[in-house]
Amino acid sequence: MIEPSGGDAREGGASPLLRLEGVTKRFGALLANDAVDLDLAQGEILGLLGENGAGKTTLMNILFGHYAADSGRILVADRRGRLRPLPGGSPGRALAAGVGMVHQHFALAANLSVIESVTLGTEPLFRPWQGRRDARRRLRTLVDETGLDVPLDAAIGALSVGERQRVEILKALYRGARVLVLDEPTAVLTPQQAERLADTLRGLASRGLGVVFISHKLDEVLALCDRVVVLRHGQKVREAAADRVTKAELAEAMVDRPVQAPTRLRGQPGAVVVEMSAVRVGAAPGREPLDDVRLSVLEGEIFGVAGIAGNGQRSLAAVLSGTLVPDSGQIRLRGVAWPKGGPLNLTRAGVGRVPEDRHAEGVVGAMTVWENAAIETVRLRASQRLGLLRRRHLIDDAERLVRLHDVRCRGVDVPASELSGGNMQKLILARVLDREPRFLLAAQPTRGLDIGAVAEIHRRLLEARARGAGILLLTEDLDELLQLADRIAVIHRGRLSRPLAREAATLRRLGLMMTGQVADAA
Amino acid sequence: MDLLDILLQTGFWVAAFRIATPLVFGTLGELLCERAGVLNLGIEGIMTAGAMTGWLAVHMGADLWTGVALAAFTGLLLGSLHGVLTIPLGLSQHVAGIGITLLATSTTYFAYRVILPDATSPPRIAPFPPVDWPWLKAVPGIGPVLAGQTALTFLAFALVPVLVWLLYRTPLGLAVRTVGENPIAAEAQGLHVHALRMGAVLAGSALMGVGGAFLTLSAFNAFFFEMVNGRGWICIALVVFGGWNPAKALLGALLFGAFDAFQVRLQQAVGGAIPYQVFLMLPYLLSIVALVLVSRRASYPQALMRPFIRGRR
Repeated sequence: MIEPSGGDAREGGASPLLRLEGVTKRFGALLANDAVDLDLAQGEILGLLGENGAGKTTLMNILFGHYAADSGRILVADRRGRLRPLPGGSPGRALAAGVGMVHQHFALAANLSVIESVTLGTEPLFRPWQGRRDARRRLRTLVDETGLDVPLDAAIGALSVGERQRVEILKALYRGARVLVLDEPTAVLTPQQAERLADTLRGLASRGLGVVFISHKLDEVLALCDRVVVLRHGQKVREAAADRVTKAELAEAMVDRPVQAPTRLRGQPGAVVVEMSAVRVGAAPGREPLDDVRLSVLEGEIFGVAGIAGNGQRSLAAVLSGTLVPDSGQIRLRGVAWPKGGPLNLTRAGVGRVPEDRHAEGVVGAMTVWENAAIETVRLRASQRLGLLRRRHLIDDAERLVRLHDVRCRGVDVPASELSGGNMQKLILARVLDREPRFLLAAQPTRGLDIGAVAEIHRRLLEARARGAGILLLTEDLDELLQLADRIAVIHRGRLSRPLAREAATLRRLGLMMTGQVADAA
Repeated sequence: MDLLDILLQTGFWVAAFRIATPLVFGTLGELLCERAGVLNLGIEGIMTAGAMTGWLAVHMGADLWTGVALAAFTGLLLGSLHGVLTIPLGLSQHVAGIGITLLATSTTYFAYRVILPDATSPPRIAPFPPVDWPWLKAVPGIGPVLAGQTALTFLAFALVPVLVWLLYRTPLGLAVRTVGENPIAAEAQGLHVHALRMGAVLAGSALMGVGGAFLTLSAFNAFFFEMVNGRGWICIALVVFGGWNPAKALLGALLFGAFDAFQVRLQQAVGGAIPYQVFLMLPYLLSIVALVLVSRRASYPQALMRPFIRGRR
């Protein structure tokens, strides 16, 4: 214990470290934060819960100074424990006041070394040398005290995701942070890594740090945090001690409408739809390699692929989307060679694709909803007459899809960029499923969607499975995988494990396989 | 005629270093801008403006170094325009840069005509003389080559280690490299992204201006229209060739200088058998080949050409 006089900081009445009063922020018409009040005590871990878009990240970006609040105040305790107002809008001032932040998309530059990343901005800019020796000694001490082990001279670009996160935490602690904000820190970690992070955070809190832990995963918040605050549509809707609230209550507070999880019927797998054997993709800048990938997806099953981002999922998806030709290996679609000549031939052969990044690859934001609905099929004869598009026919078709799949939009002739993430994804799924594909590639289909949209996407995928489609589901969300998949394989450094049956797959086991600690399921 | 003989002539190497000098200034300037994440296509115009203002100052009676300083200041002014357009306003760096080149070039020609309406042949000045260091001539090999150069060439080559030190050994350089790679990382450490980018663009543009002034104050002794003649664009290619590393960029500039000096001598050696335009084309052709070979592996600053607007979602 560093401050024996402070007593147990977790008890009520511990000295306050941070106070937000009536913080309000608008982005155009969207009210992202609506008069939010928040308190944080010394040694406390506060869970900040809410759906995507509830305003959690915005609130913390205001605290850290990335955004300026439209109104409200922020008070941070100085070193003597007196609350002082923090002028907003400057990360430099937030750092000086003792607020550190671990960004969801790490604020790191890949070309710097660890020690450069940590010391960046801590020295006077106009000095003809860098005070490395002193910095290295302080950083070493910090690493020893906290167990946040990273190679100090490695380039950030060469570090794993878990290591980068440790660098982010070290950056904040090196600056003497007394309030540490972590934005969705476990989204990129395996279950084991998440446990290790939780231990680290408990250790930091026991030394008097205040921690704000942003998440939308209820279990981990209840396991780690002392107190929980729930945001919904930018407002604080619930605040409770973690041991006096149930998971169900929190779920209800996060979502203002009942969400029915889709029911999953027993599958009836049939013949092989897609078979990959010995597929290799060489490493290249910006391309994840694949090494000897073998898999077979059956009719009427969902074949799940788990893995930490960057282990080859992108290349696997690109190969099956027709945008990347593997260096070697064979792929067969229902017994015949995989269609060559690009994505159009895949569409013709009954392959449906839901791309990972719906904004970049799924829809063209500046084009209308009906154009986006027709985008995969415009080159087919049915969409044309005398070389011109059958506009009326395509618009009618889009209207039918929008109705059938409950895509909420002002009409099919508005730009697709107007759609929310969930509706955009429903539109993509609608145009794909309407052609009743025999094989469906779904890459991160629910990333960033709210609970209602997630349930809807899951229902559609299960329907396609019941219809007999073979589905390859790539996702980083292990809960989603365990909920939907019939068989699960793990991809690690470009190699795909043999699949586990649904019953044999547990979070723990998948987690170990994702970090390569268990080579294979067998 | 043995072509290898050319490579052994002192005169060839003197020319190669002389040709490389404005490229070194321009390339270092462009490199500094790009390392901070700002492409500066205004370089061609800035070099033209620098060439003219430096020369004009000397023509009107200022001393040579004042001319150089004024050329740097002209670069700074034009750089500040590019900076304001692309950094706080976040406009397209391509469009702004080409606009600056067109504006600076035509304004320069216009100013020349207005200030010297009666000049039929370009007025001459007394340019920088070669350095007068007898001990340097005595150094075997490189000595006579360096002794044929002017002070500005020495300045250009001395700037390379200075810039390497600045970029890789100082807190400021670390900050500049970070804003070119991921401005959010810089902001999250309390740095001012816009100020750093602006500083890099101003300093880089000033160097470009000096590069232009070398042409009128050292390589030649007068200002001609079209005298920059695409050197700015060569600098942009040299930055890529050097992989955004000052030392490698210097090597590229010397290589280009050598190609160019070589083709002039080759023209004389071969005579009229081959049209001279073919020889003029040679250095550019070789640059393209070198660029293709080298830049396949280049890792460019990740935030290059990406405006950074605070608080935008």
